Amino acid sequence: MFKILHAEFIAPGIKRFVIEAPRIARKQKPGQFVILRLYEQGERIPLTIERSDPARGTINIVVQSLGKTTNLLNSLETGDSVLDIVGPLGKPSEIENFGTVVIMGGGVGTAMAYPTAAALKKAGNRVISIVGARNKELVIEEKEMREVSDTLMITTDDGTYADKGFVTDKLRQLIENGTRIDLVLAVGPIPMMRAVAEMTRKEKIRTIVSLNPIMIDGTGMCGGCRVLIDGKSEFACVDGPEFDAHRIDFAVLVQRNAMYRAAEQKSMDNFKAEQDSLLAKMRDRETDCALAGGGQ
Amino acid sequence: MNDIMSKSANPIPLKERMKMPRQAMPEQPPLLRAVNFKEVNLGYSEDLARQEAQRCLACAKPACVNDCPVGVNVKDFVELIVAGDFLGAAAKIREDNVLPAITGRVCPQEDHCEGGCLMGKKVTPLGIGYLERFVADYEQRHMDRSKIRRAASTGKKVAIVGSGPSGLTAAGDLVQKGHEVHVFEALHELGGVLVYGIPEFRLPKQIIREQIDYMRAMGVHFETNVVVGKTVTINELMEEEGFDAVFIGTGAGLPQFMGIPGEHFNGVYSANEFLTRINLMHAYEFPNYDEPMVDFRGKDVAVIGGGNTALDSIRSALRLGARKAYVLYRRSDAEMPARKEEVKHAKQEGIEFQVLTAPVEFLADDKGWLTAARCIRMELGEPDASGRRRPVPKEGSEFDLPLSVAVIAIGTSANPLIQSTTPGLATNKRNYIEADPMTQRTSRRGVFAGGDIVTGSATVILAMGAGRRAAKSIHEYLTSGKW
Repeated sequence: MFKILHAEFIAPGIKRFVIEAPRIARKQKPGQFVILRLYEQGERIPLTIERSDPARGTINIVVQSLGKTTNLLNSLETGDSVLDIVGPLGKPSEIENFGTVVIMGGGVGTAMAYPTAAALKKAGNRVISIVGARNKELVIEEKEMREVSDTLMITTDDGTYADKGFVTDKLRQLIENGTRIDLVLAVGPIPMMRAVAEMTRKEKIRTIVSLNPIMIDGTGMCGGCRVLIDGKSEFACVDGPEFDAHRIDFAVLVQRNAMYRAAEQKSMDNFKAEQDSLLAKMRDRETDCALAGGGQ
Repeated sequence: MNDIMSKSANPIPLKERMKMPRQAMPEQPPLLRAVNFKEVNLGYSEDLARQEAQRCLACAKPACVNDCPVGVNVKDFVELIVAGDFLGAAAKIREDNVLPAITGRVCPQEDHCEGGCLMGKKVTPLGIGYLERFVADYEQRHMDRSKIRRAASTGKKVAIVGSGPSGLTAAGDLVQKGHEVHVFEALHELGGVLVYGIPEFRLPKQIIREQIDYMRAMGVHFETNVVVGKTVTINELMEEEGFDAVFIGTGAGLPQFMGIPGEHFNGVYSANEFLTRINLMHAYEFPNYDEPMVDFRGKDVAVIGGGNTALDSIRSALRLGARKAYVLYRRSDAEMPARKEEVKHAKQEGIEFQVLTAPVEFLADDKGWLTAARCIRMELGEPDASGRRRPVPKEGSEFDLPLSVAVIAIGTSANPLIQSTTPGLATNKRNYIEADPMTQRTSRRGVFAGGDIVTGSATVILAMGAGRRAAKSIHEYLTSGKW
């Protein structure tokens, strides 16, 4: 059991959790993720670690309500617990002084891009950040991103905050202005990452994206998260989650992520009816579960 | 006949015994079990067990004991069954095997204890696996756990990496020597392949839970959700957490794909993913469990491969409602590595075996969902490096087999997580960990390894044998301090 020390919504449907997980906190590096399972009948889902505090033994995750598991997670409060968390998983982001890097965060992806942006800034890079959201309320981590960026640009799809448009509009401007860009890191919805990849491919700008395919164990054992990289299968959990955007077959990524759409919808429909009883069950569960070893 | 001696507790004369066929294992009828996940074999009753035990010839040089990778004293425990001392029989097995309810169910007995049984040369071999299972289950129902004694502490700490068969065996043996044993498991449940790999109908999860509870009662500590190599390294365990020795039993790891076109289509699974969804995540109980699975009802499914994993996969698909369930195996029946009983059970349940057949490509619709496997027929040529005759494609024999789901069960390769984070740990060409076959010592002082991470994919009992040898040499190392 992993205790939630703090939970708060930072935007509608987006919640930040501070969770006690000392082993993970000690080892976490930017770009890595955890897999968690909320309760006995729960599924395992991967979530990027936003930051960790090794001294306090805590990790932060930022979660957007999408399906059943994320909705249930986002209904948990300070003092509740998560049954299982394992990590840190995946390869850390490559951190060195590249020169000028553009960090692009789309929606909740901004929280995933943040730790890498911070590390790249610390490594001496000039960091230009472009943060996008659908509307004003959904712009997250503005303060944090500003702290680690030399330049911060914000876009909203509907123009209710900062500049109306998409993050790719800002990237195009940078390219058209002749800004020297040594590396682009984009984290967000697949269509956004794909659009960034198409834009930078022509300019031959090295571009990294962080993928979030369906996973189970997260250690390379099942191969469910395989993605086509230059036509060959690689596992996002151990070979990624970050990949060279120009080598990814995004169509296959979209196709595989849609594999359980019908079941996911069914779970979500059921969830609305069972949310309260599930929460009650989770809050009252015994800590000693049948096969669980009892994390220390 | 002079190496055979009669036993006083056994009322049946030797000559009579040699005419008695093996007592059949009661099992769920094929048509019923093909639609549920309950255990196929139901287990011997006390009467059946005693009758079967009475068939034992009590050989002076019992091949069964010799052929057991962990050296279970088969002859003695069978005699205790004949005498009606079932708890005594269980205790006798436990001297050498800490997981009898598991091996009694999943061991390929025909390759070990039952393979050399003299009765096999006369009628049918003694049902040693069935008897082992019987006493283990009897013990579970009748034993008083509070009587489990804990050994006096040696003050030494051992970390076991992985809670599969090799790790559990090593842990059980070491805790009985008085060492403080901590088992680290990457997944959220304990048992490794026993939990994520072997389905409920062959090895109920409850059995594993009971065996692990027994080990807890013996004093073994378990910690789940720890990926050694990521969450903590071997070096950190030894230098910062005070472990005097480490045993690595992390299993074979990465699923192999065939490298043929279309393996990324929706509906194509590795056996590891397919079985993990079903066994570990209970996808077959969706929506009571959240992990989803493709809807198999009325669909045609094939597994590629001929091992136990392949049969576990396809029999699971059948139970999930598959209309047609095929095994595609590139060699012939004779080379099929699966346990004989599983092949028999699968055939009874209506699984169709297409031997000397291999897919060369997967085909899909415009949404990327699998529609068929393009297959080719094979014939057997000269023996290859494994000693088995090499399958050679028959030109012009291609055909398309309509399928909605294909499960690839052609084996695994080494997971590099520990090797890549443990300096000085020697590996072989295929990246498996190098370990001495007798002592299970690696190139790193105090670090031992065994099971599939050393040998590549093998069986539960071979992994247990390695765990046993490792425990013995870890104990020697901890007591002598000599490497």
